[in-house]
Amino acid sequence: MNTLVSSVVALGGLGVTVGLGLAYASIKLSVKVDPLIEKVRDVLPGINCGACGFTGCNAYAEAVVTENAKTNLCIPGGARTSVEVALTLGVEPEATRKLSARVLCQGGNAETVRKFEYQGVSSCHVLNQTAGGDNACPFGCLGQGSCAVVCPFDAIHMNENGLPEINISKCTGCGLCAGECPRSVIIVTEAEHAVDIRCRSTDKGGVVKKYCQPGCIGCGRCVKICPFEAIELKDSLARTLYEKCTSCGICVKECPQNTITRGPLFQRSAAPHTVHKQCCSIDN
Amino acid sequence: MGFGSLVSIAISAILVNNFVLSRFLGICPFIGVSKDTESALGMGMAVTFVMTLASIATWTINRFLLVALGITYLQTVTFILVIAALVQLVEMIVQKTSPTLYQALGIYLPLITTNCAILGVALLNEQEGYSLVESTVHGFAAGIGFSLALLLMAGLRERINYADIPQPLRGIPIAFITATLLSLAFFGFSGL
Repeated sequence: MNTLVSSVVALGGLGVTVGLGLAYASIKLSVKVDPLIEKVRDVLPGINCGACGFTGCNAYAEAVVTENAKTNLCIPGGARTSVEVALTLGVEPEATRKLSARVLCQGGNAETVRKFEYQGVSSCHVLNQTAGGDNACPFGCLGQGSCAVVCPFDAIHMNENGLPEINISKCTGCGLCAGECPRSVIIVTEAEHAVDIRCRSTDKGGVVKKYCQPGCIGCGRCVKICPFEAIELKDSLARTLYEKCTSCGICVKECPQNTITRGPLFQRSAAPHTVHKQCCSIDN
Repeated sequence: MGFGSLVSIAISAILVNNFVLSRFLGICPFIGVSKDTESALGMGMAVTFVMTLASIATWTINRFLLVALGITYLQTVTFILVIAALVQLVEMIVQKTSPTLYQALGIYLPLITTNCAILGVALLNEQEGYSLVESTVHGFAAGIGFSLALLLMAGLRERINYADIPQPLRGIPIAFITATLLSLAFFGFSGL
């Protein structure tokens, strides 16, 4: 009987004391978090990719509320998130541009010469440090798919030829793949641009021809024919000036090496994609 | 109770009787939070912190409440209550006083409120009849041992991600196989 009483009293007393103590502490030690920050964080995608320039979704939400950061900085979220953030804050949404990644290399297993057969761990970084990679082109894709591994949206897969393919409907343009690629083969630019010069080799034309069949040889025919002066030739490599390019596609036909291809988007709109409050219905 | 016995308690808890790899306590966070070294380090620090505090708190409660009233059979229930409350309180204090530490530990603290490794430390302290200082050292060392196991595992799993593993073994299965080998390796310390 004595044990029963002391057990009930001791455990009950401990429970009540601890409970009351915690209740008191939660009032005394409560930290005021601006409820707006939480609301903004809830509408962000929550993948912490860092494409906005802040350390994560949390930091961006805080910056939007406290430092008046722009509402259109979340690149994976795109137009929809810009509108949702703006609605949460009660401000005008900023216009967004749809970005997408693209692979500036066509040197798959079939097109390029391989120096040796690689059998190590499937990481582009490791391969890049193993005798400079198996690809004879020192600028080309290594084909181990580190970009596909890092993509949080499952938008990249490696095709049979050993080149990454970007699923444009899944790609949000967050740029994680571009940062991951040890050879900077992937770039992120506005999704509207439909013409890409898919080569990164700055070697002389004769050298390029030895190791890669569709590589840029720096002949300069695209530069001459482009009516908008949107291509420049530097270090025997033609590069698109995306701000001038209108995606007319004349250079695609002109290129003797078939280095220039139509990009992922075939239709393009005249003006940058602008977002209005009315265009999306959001329950809030 | 000399310095030597404290050292032997510490080495025992870190290597010989490693909580994860020899006693098989705290397997849940061991598999769950060992995907990358950064979160493994955060979790390890949080567990070490809570284990040390829990050792002190449960020892005190045990000695001055349970033993005094002769109701030591309530140990498990009481320890769970005390540890859960303690973690809650610590979380609030950390959030209030150090936002940076809260960012680093905060998300892991609620995960370990009712972790078996922490309850294990408290019960083992009592079983071994440790004094307050010995309990504290044991709790701290057990936390270090847990962090060591977690970090080793996270490092291995980061490397495994790049290996060419047969499809059916990818993910959790290969993690279990790795854990087994790691555990076997740690049993080598039992000769120490």
